[in-house]
Amino acid sequence: MGSPKGQTAGDVWGSLGKGLLATLHAAAVAAPLAFALGGAVAILRRGARLRLLTGSAAVTTELARGLPVLMLMALAKFAFGWDVFWSVVFGLVVYNAAVVAEVLRAGLAALPRGQREAGLSIGLSTMRTTLLIELPQAVRIMLPALVSQVVVLLKDTSLGYIVAYPELLRVIKTNRDYFGDTYVIPLFFVGASVYILINLTVSRLATYVERRLREGGKGRGLMPPRSGPPARSRSRVSADPRAMRVPTREIRCSAAAVP
Amino acid sequence: MQVFIDEFGFIWGGFLATLSLAAASGALSFVWGTILATMRVSPVGPLRSVGTVYVEIVRNTPLTLMFFFWVFVAPSLGIVLDLGFRTAVVALTLYTSAFVCEALRSGVNSVGLGQAEAARSIGLTFGQTLTQVVLPQAWRTAIPPLISVLIALTKNTSVAAGFAFTELVAVQLRLMTRYPTDALFVFFGVALLYLVITIPLGLIAGQVERRVAFAR
Repeated sequence: MGSPKGQTAGDVWGSLGKGLLATLHAAAVAAPLAFALGGAVAILRRGARLRLLTGSAAVTTELARGLPVLMLMALAKFAFGWDVFWSVVFGLVVYNAAVVAEVLRAGLAALPRGQREAGLSIGLSTMRTTLLIELPQAVRIMLPALVSQVVVLLKDTSLGYIVAYPELLRVIKTNRDYFGDTYVIPLFFVGASVYILINLTVSRLATYVERRLREGGKGRGLMPPRSGPPARSRSRVSADPRAMRVPTREIRCSAAAVP
Repeated sequence: MQVFIDEFGFIWGGFLATLSLAAASGALSFVWGTILATMRVSPVGPLRSVGTVYVEIVRNTPLTLMFFFWVFVAPSLGIVLDLGFRTAVVALTLYTSAFVCEALRSGVNSVGLGQAEAARSIGLTFGQTLTQVVLPQAWRTAIPPLISVLIALTKNTSVAAGFAFTELVAVQLRLMTRYPTDALFVFFGVALLYLVITIPLGLIAGQVERRVAFAR
């Protein structure tokens, strides 16, 4: 590569690296917030006694899930007047929190009813039953779907391109505008490869987690808990994962289908 | 509130644009997605690999990148599409079809292997097995995920706003800059129009899912 317009290859790579960092930065800030918020909403919907509270949580989730992420980013940018980074994070958090809440709700609904009944019958409140007994199990069975949601979140950071957040794609566009169309193909190739590499890695992680769950015994730490009658000794982990597996896979089908 | 009365024609135009974009690319991606799914379950090795690679690549790249390709990169390769509706349909179709393919494939996988084996053993060809035995059964399981793909597609049409197509989000962006004080109103107005499309679809999906659960 020559040095068009007095720029070296190093400069271009440097700018692309900065773009990638901006992409990862937005994702790294948004993902934990989205998971925390989504978890909180799911807990509220399951554990709260107040109809008003569970109802409004349900309505909010439905609304946030039904709107394009780009709309939410635009809301933060133009209606709240936030800077682009936080606008992007806002859009990502609100949408993904709603999806996470929905995934966890499905996981909680898939648990055998005995779990909740047992919790309540030993005198725990509905909230404590949800927190201490149901949630850990729901997280475990929905783990693959939750990990694949990270891919969706990472992909959606590229919407920052449209609201002028200088992430990877925006940087590629800037380079293309500066150097002209001759260089757009290699620039695009680099961008596409980076996205594919990162997302494939995360997708693989999701498949790996799912396989560990399915294999049962080997993935001791990740195994779905025993369903049906309680085990006699606590240390026994030879639970039958099939009972859990069926709903998990069904839900995953529809969860994974959402681009 | 005055914004809606003054700009009704503009907003309505955006709504229709979103709707037609979703309908056109939805229909096309069902066609291309079905072809991809057939490739992925076919007995021909190379076809299977091509299908797998396509789906893996598309599912792991952002839609914005797909749009970027057709708007900025394809012209350098000698493919010039007229900007706006047609580019948006091409990008959305190529993207969504990967998800349609996966939804269909999950349906096909839900049909017991014995069904296909039985069909083959009585002498049906691959095509006959697929169209007469497997697909009629796969359909039912595939419908709810297919509807969620359609809902996602409706929301994904918004990416076209960044690539010279005036649909609902483009309308929202324009109105928000033109009437900064009414930005919240504009947001809720446009949100309502999206929900008019997505919520009924979601209800249908739920309904179908319940029916399928009974049928099994």
